[in-house]
Amino acid sequence: MAHGSTTTVPEDDFVITPTRPGEEKGTWSAVIQDLLFTVDHKKLGLMYIGSGLIFFVIAGLMAAAIRLQLAIPNAHFISPDVYNRFFTMHGTAMVFLVGMPIIFGMANYLVPIMIGARDMAFPRLNAFGFWMFFFSGWFLYFSYFAGPGLYNAGSAPDIGWFAYSPLTSKAFSRGHSSDYWTLALLASGVGSVATALNIIVTTISLRCKGMTLGRMPLFVWTFLVVAFLVILAIPPLSACQIMLILDRYLGAKFFDTQAGGSAILWQHFFWIFGHPEVYILILPGFAAMNEIVPVFSRKPIFGYPIMVGANVMIAFISLGVWAHHMFTVGMTSLGNSFFAISTMLVAVPTGIKIFNWIGTMYGGKIRFELPMLFCIAFLFQFLIAGLTGIMLSVAPFDWQLSDSYFVVAHFHYVLIGGLLFTIFAAIYFWYPKAFGRMLSHKLGMWHFVLFTLGFHLTFLPQHVSGFLGMPRRIYTYEAGRGWEAWNMMSSIGVIFQAAGILFFVWNLIYSYKKGKIAGDDPWDAWTLEWATTSPPPDYNFEKTPEVRSRRPLWDLKHPEDPDWKYE
Amino acid sequence: MIRRLLSPFFPTSQFPGAGKSCLSIFWAALALIAPAAVASADEPNRPIANMFDPLSTPARMIHESSLLVSLICLVIFLIVTGMLVYVVFKFPSKGAADDRKEPPQVYGSSQIELAWTVIPILITIVLILVTTRTIGEIQDRKIPNAALHVRVIGHQWWWELQYLTQNGVDKEGNPVWKTDFVTANELHIPVSDKNSVRPTELILESADVIHSYWVPQLNGKTDVVPNHTNHMWLDPWSTGTYFGNCAEYCGTQHANMLIRVMVQTPEDFAKWVANQKAPSVIPTDSVALQGQKDFFGNSCVNCHKVDGTVAVGTFGPNLTHFASRSWLGSGVALQNQADIRDWVRDPNHLKPGVLMPDMQLSEPQIDQITAYLMTLK
Repeated sequence: MAHGSTTTVPEDDFVITPTRPGEEKGTWSAVIQDLLFTVDHKKLGLMYIGSGLIFFVIAGLMAAAIRLQLAIPNAHFISPDVYNRFFTMHGTAMVFLVGMPIIFGMANYLVPIMIGARDMAFPRLNAFGFWMFFFSGWFLYFSYFAGPGLYNAGSAPDIGWFAYSPLTSKAFSRGHSSDYWTLALLASGVGSVATALNIIVTTISLRCKGMTLGRMPLFVWTFLVVAFLVILAIPPLSACQIMLILDRYLGAKFFDTQAGGSAILWQHFFWIFGHPEVYILILPGFAAMNEIVPVFSRKPIFGYPIMVGANVMIAFISLGVWAHHMFTVGMTSLGNSFFAISTMLVAVPTGIKIFNWIGTMYGGKIRFELPMLFCIAFLFQFLIAGLTGIMLSVAPFDWQLSDSYFVVAHFHYVLIGGLLFTIFAAIYFWYPKAFGRMLSHKLGMWHFVLFTLGFHLTFLPQHVSGFLGMPRRIYTYEAGRGWEAWNMMSSIGVIFQAAGILFFVWNLIYSYKKGKIAGDDPWDAWTLEWATTSPPPDYNFEKTPEVRSRRPLWDLKHPEDPDWKYE
Repeated sequence: MIRRLLSPFFPTSQFPGAGKSCLSIFWAALALIAPAAVASADEPNRPIANMFDPLSTPARMIHESSLLVSLICLVIFLIVTGMLVYVVFKFPSKGAADDRKEPPQVYGSSQIELAWTVIPILITIVLILVTTRTIGEIQDRKIPNAALHVRVIGHQWWWELQYLTQNGVDKEGNPVWKTDFVTANELHIPVSDKNSVRPTELILESADVIHSYWVPQLNGKTDVVPNHTNHMWLDPWSTGTYFGNCAEYCGTQHANMLIRVMVQTPEDFAKWVANQKAPSVIPTDSVALQGQKDFFGNSCVNCHKVDGTVAVGTFGPNLTHFASRSWLGSGVALQNQADIRDWVRDPNHLKPGVLMPDMQLSEPQIDQITAYLMTLK
C-alpha cells in the first residue's frame, strides 16, 4: 500500500514559520523561535523525545563510568563521592529525564493522530508541561556547578534516586545538593501531572467520529491508564518532597529521627509514588508492543478486551504493592504477607499480556523488520524480568535479594530489556511517519545485534553477583568475594552497548538526510496515523476521519472483509 | 576459576555436617586464588557469601522457599520461551509474494484466554502459600531470653556491638538489657550443633541513617533504622568467619561498611568473652606508654573509649581491645602495623570520606600511638 508516494506536505496558509529543520530555507533563529513558541503536539512530542535522548546519553556515560570503576576490585578510577553522585544522577535522570519525557513524547505525538484529532486538548498546557520538564532537567544538572553553595559541601546530589531520609536531612546532607534533587523533581512533577491531565482529556473528548472506547487503539488505551497512574502517583512524591523542604529549612520534624520523626514514613511516601512509577514506565512499552506486534504478524491483537482489562488491572494492583520495596525495614509478618501477595497478583495480568502477544504472532506471517526484532527481544527479556520479579516478591527470598545486584539486574531487565527495547522498536516503527524517511536497515541491524548482546552481557552476570552477596551502590569491593569475573563481564558488556547506541544515533542523523523515502504507510499498518502524510501536516488530517472498527485502515484496504463485521 | 563461577549453583553444603571434605578442598583451593582471605589459621574464612549455601536455620528456611520459587520460575521460563521460539520459527513470512495474502484474522479466543488466566492464578496461589508460611516461621519465632543478645548499632560507617545480659523485666514484662561490654565491627557468636542450639538475637538500632545488616549465609538482611528497633536471629552450624556487607546505601563509605561474623566453638567464644570483659592492658613498653600519653593528650579521647581510662568518647569505635580484632576500619584493611600506622596518620587515605579526621600528628607521635593501639589486645 502506498509505497513510493512522496512526502508532499500540503500547502497551508497558516504556516508562518518553517515546520521542519532542514526542509525550509529559514534561518537558525527562525527554527529556534519555532521550537520555543510551538504548541503543536507533534513538535512537542519530538522535542520531548529528542531531549530525552540527550539526557539518555549523559546518564548513560555516567553508567559507563560506574562500570569502569567496578570492573576490577579496589579500583581508584573515581572517588567514592563522585561515584555516589554518578549513581544518583544516573538513576534520577534515567527515570525522570529519560523515561518520562520519552513516553510523554510518544503519547504527545501519537495519541491525537491515532484518535483522529488535530491536536491535544490543551496545546498551551502541553507546551508548559514540556518546558517544566526541560528546565527542571537542566536545573538538576546545574547542581554540578552550583551545588557547593554556601558551605562548600556537596555538588550534585549523592543521596540515591530514592533519597532515603534521614540521609537527606541537614545533618547528613550539607550544602544544597539535595535541594537541587528535590526542587528539580518537584518542578518536573508539576509538568508531568499537567501532561497526564492533557492526555486524559484528549482521549476522553477528542476522539473522531465512530471511535468508541472499545475501538480505541490499545496504544491509546494504555496511555489513558498511564495518565491516570501519573495523576495518582506524582502527588505523594511532591508531598513528601515539600515535607523534606520543610524539614530542611523550616525546622519541621517529619523525617528527623533525632526528634522523634520517622525514617520509614519517607519510604512509604516515596514508594507509593515509586511503584506505580515503574508501571508508568513499562506500560508505554506495552502500548508500543500492542501496535507493532499485530502489524508485523499481519493479524489483529489477540484478545483486545482482555488486554484492556489487563492494563487496568495492572494499574490498579500497582497502587497497592509499594511496600514490597520495604520487606527488610522490619514490617510485621502480616504486613510482609499482604504486600507479597498483592505483588504476586500482578503476575497474572502481566502473564496474560505476554501470552496474548504470543497469541497474536501465532498463525500470522511474521515480518522480521527492525521494530519486530526489538519486540521479540522485548518478549524474551521482559519474561526474565517478570520472573525475577516473582522471585523478589517472595518476601523471604527478598530478604536475601533486596538491595543486592540481583535487584539491579532485575530492574535493568525491566527498564532496558523492557522499556528501552520497545522505545527503540517504536522509534524504528514511527520514525518514517515523523520524518518521511525510513531508518537504515543495515545500521539498525548493527544497533540491534550489538546492543542486545551488550545488554545481556552486562546484566545477566549481575544476577549471579547478587546471589553471591554483592550489595548495590558500593563504589568498590574487596578482592576474593567471588565477584570479580561477573563484574568484569558486566563492564565489558558496556562497550557493546555503547557501540550499539553509536550506530543508533548515527542512523537517526544519517537517515534524516539520506534515508529511503517512506511514503504514508510503509508498514502496511491499520491505525489512523498511517492515513495521513509522512510527516503529517500541522492539522494532521485534512478531513477528520470516521472509523467503524479498531482497524480503520484494514477496513479501507479490505472492503470485502472489514473488521467491523466481527466486532 | 570455573568452580568459582559455578559456585552459586553448586552450593558446597546444604545441611549441617554434610559435604565437609568437599568443603575443605574448596576452601583450600580458594585460599590459593584469593590472597586477601587470610585470618586465624584454625577458623576458615568464608568470603564467598553465597545465599544458596546457607549455614544457619533462618538462612536455610529462606533457601528452601527460594529454591522452590526459582524452580517454578525456571519451568515457566522454559515453557514460555519455548512458545516464543515456536511461533518465531513456525510463522515467518515467506517473502514478498507470500505477503500479498494476509493470514486468517483471529481476534481472540475466550477458552484460551481463560486458560492462561487460570493457570497463572493457580501458580500464584502456590507461591502465596509458600511465602506466607516461611514469613511466619522466620519472623514470628520466639527467641528465648536465655539466648545470647547483642545490640548492633549502625554508625556511618562502622558497627557498634553491645553484648547484653538480661537485668529483670519492665512493667510490661519485656526484658531489660544491661550492657556487658562493647566492641566494634567483628561479631563473635557461638556455634550451634544438633544437640545444643545456641541462637543469637541481634537487636538492630542506628545512630544516624539507615543501614542494613546482611550476612547472606546466616540470614537475610534486616534494615538498621534510626528511631526504630529491629530484630534478627542466627544459629550458625559451622565455625568460621562469615562475610557480609551493609546493604542499605548510607553515604560516602557505604561500600566499606563491611561485616564479619566470627562463629566460634563455645570454649573459644567463652575465652573471647573473658578477654573482652577484662580491663584494657596497660602498656609496659616505653614507646607504647608514650603513645598512651599522646592518645590521652589529644582529642582521640573525645570519640573513642578505652575502658578504665580517661578516654570515654562514644562517637567512634570502642578501642579497649582494639588489637584483638582482625580487621581495621570496619573491614577496609587487615590489621597490621603498616596499615594501623597509615590509619593513625590519616584515616582518609585508607577510607576516603571517613568521619575520623586527620589528627595532624607528628611522625614520632604516629609511631607511638600505633604501638599503643597494638598493645590493646
